[in-house]
Amino acid sequence: MSERDESATNGVPAPRDAGGEVLRTRKGMFGANNGGDTTGYGGLVRTVTFPGESSRPYGGWFDEVADELEGALEEQDLLPSNAIEKTVVDRGELTFHIAREHLLQVARTLRDDPALRFELCTGVSGVHYLEDKGRELHAVYHLRSLTHGRLIRLEVSAPDADPHVPSLVSVYPTNDWHEREAYDFFGLIFDGHPALTRIMMPDDWQGFPQRKDYPLGGIAVEYKGAQIPAPDQRRSYS
Amino acid sequence: MTTPPSSASARETTEGTVYTVTGGDWDEVVQSAVKSDDERIIVNMGPQHPSTHGVLRLILEIDGETVTEARCGIGYLHTGIEKNLEFRNWTQGTTFVTRMDYLTPFFNETAYCLGVEKLLGITDQIPDRASIIRVLLMELNRLSSHLVCIATGGMELGATTIMIYGFRDRELILDAFELITGLRMNHAFVRPGGLAQDLPPGAMDKLHELLKTMRKNLPEYDKLATGNPIFKARMQDVGYLDLTGCMALGATGPVLRSAGLPHDLRKTDPYCGYETYDFEVPVADTCDSYGRFLIRLEEMRQSLDIVEQCLERLKKPGDVMVADKKIAWPAQLAIGADGLGNSLDHIKKIMGTSMEALIHHFKLVTEGFRVPAGQAYAAVESPKGELGVHVVSDGGTRPYRVHFRDPSFTNLQAMAAMCEGGQVADVIVAVASIDPVMGGVDR
Repeated sequence: MSERDESATNGVPAPRDAGGEVLRTRKGMFGANNGGDTTGYGGLVRTVTFPGESSRPYGGWFDEVADELEGALEEQDLLPSNAIEKTVVDRGELTFHIAREHLLQVARTLRDDPALRFELCTGVSGVHYLEDKGRELHAVYHLRSLTHGRLIRLEVSAPDADPHVPSLVSVYPTNDWHEREAYDFFGLIFDGHPALTRIMMPDDWQGFPQRKDYPLGGIAVEYKGAQIPAPDQRRSYS
Repeated sequence: MTTPPSSASARETTEGTVYTVTGGDWDEVVQSAVKSDDERIIVNMGPQHPSTHGVLRLILEIDGETVTEARCGIGYLHTGIEKNLEFRNWTQGTTFVTRMDYLTPFFNETAYCLGVEKLLGITDQIPDRASIIRVLLMELNRLSSHLVCIATGGMELGATTIMIYGFRDRELILDAFELITGLRMNHAFVRPGGLAQDLPPGAMDKLHELLKTMRKNLPEYDKLATGNPIFKARMQDVGYLDLTGCMALGATGPVLRSAGLPHDLRKTDPYCGYETYDFEVPVADTCDSYGRFLIRLEEMRQSLDIVEQCLERLKKPGDVMVADKKIAWPAQLAIGADGLGNSLDHIKKIMGTSMEALIHHFKLVTEGFRVPAGQAYAAVESPKGELGVHVVSDGGTRPYRVHFRDPSFTNLQAMAAMCEGGQVADVIVAVASIDPVMGGVDR
């Protein structure tokens, strides 16, 4: 297994600064972003670092899956480095970041290749990384192989300005509603989906509620004589 | 946003978008309606219909008694839990997720907590006793969820005795939940790092008693329904979905197992120490509602076996929270004069003797703990199928994103495949055999 996994076993959370991807920075010591900071630590700056690209060997069956996938893509005359932007191994999970134009082919390969055989897709989860400029919207797929008992993650990204991702409904019909949900909440447009309409929100709803720039809303309430502000207005520490 | 393909013209005002609907070409609509078969009608079943399991809306195109097209309308119970989670700290998250699929609160909580623990990297440090109690509560919860499924499913067929029996037995289980967690539903008892607290005094005796009663009551369903010719006639070959259909539509749980595949995450991808328990995964090869009913019955028996093994292991005392004081919620709950709150012992400790405990309490309650940036996926086998949680942290005290892959949501997609071409009355049976809970579907 990777170094990170080894360090996780002795009870210390794995270090995040080694080879990670800095997304943004945080200021101050306690993360309070409203109200004055009287601690004197207001000038502290910390980085928010996501796990970065991993290098071989990935450990366990991860290498086998990566080899098979790369081999199968090569057979289809697709250069693996064009399709797979990076591979991340973190917390015992394998993530392939896929270029969106190749997502459909990669997913089909993962499903059909006998050595891979990821038959079950558990749907798509959208994530909106406001600070990840040029790749704000992420679509995250978890694929499960019942044949081999494995689970991997595919991640594709699209910029806010062009939120298009190919639909996987033709490969995994189960993604029908999941993609509608991700469209409804994040505005990700899945090209090729048979009927991409809102699924949870009313049809005439404006905006995409789970984007980070969409406010939560809410009203202040009175409790035991005190005014409690709306959840997104409360004092918070990040 | 792209403009919707509607004929109504729209203009933006300060009040929002105003649509102007003018007279459509109604002659054409009327003519096409006249031309088609008289028997062809479109029926809206729900969202307020007792047999659609909550606010599920079924849009059925019916030709005589045959359903030619079936569609689901969902979203009537959407409460924005996933968005709300991003504005609360990690521990408060359990209070929200427990309300998703309200019939399986412990599964929601455990799946969420497993995800958070994976992000924290403390999966190995969860005390054994906490995992055993999690398993115990989940298996009892599986019983109560299946009982509701069988009870409401029976009622929809007109079998009111099954309904009375099912809710009678579920009530016994909810009593045990109330004794252990203080609440019948929406417990928020499983917390990141372990549990809110240990089993209360008297819980073991009560659970032994419950086990005995359930062992006596479960065969009654067998006697009532399994061999009943009317019951069988209504259930057999109804809601048919074979293995190919299940895999394509991502159906899991009893729906998948009724197609003959013994896929159960407790066996294939164990969590909470399920690999150390002795139990079977029942399957059927009928692909129909009756097979799903039999599977649920057998799963309840297996759950009782697991509960029994849990009780045996729980004889050994131990911690129910991780040792790390920067994660473990410090307070113990107790009932005071003004309701449930922090126990007096804990307040005495933090105010009188331990300044460090006071600091930990203060920091955890006001800020919460920080979770290293990254993402994780945790999945548990809920009574309905694979309940997956995708959690993303940006290193802060609040979740950056939590997504629940609810099995009801995914399985409900199979409704059309099960119902089209069948009878209207069979739609009810098919939907009941999926066992969708709208709280989980809509979240």
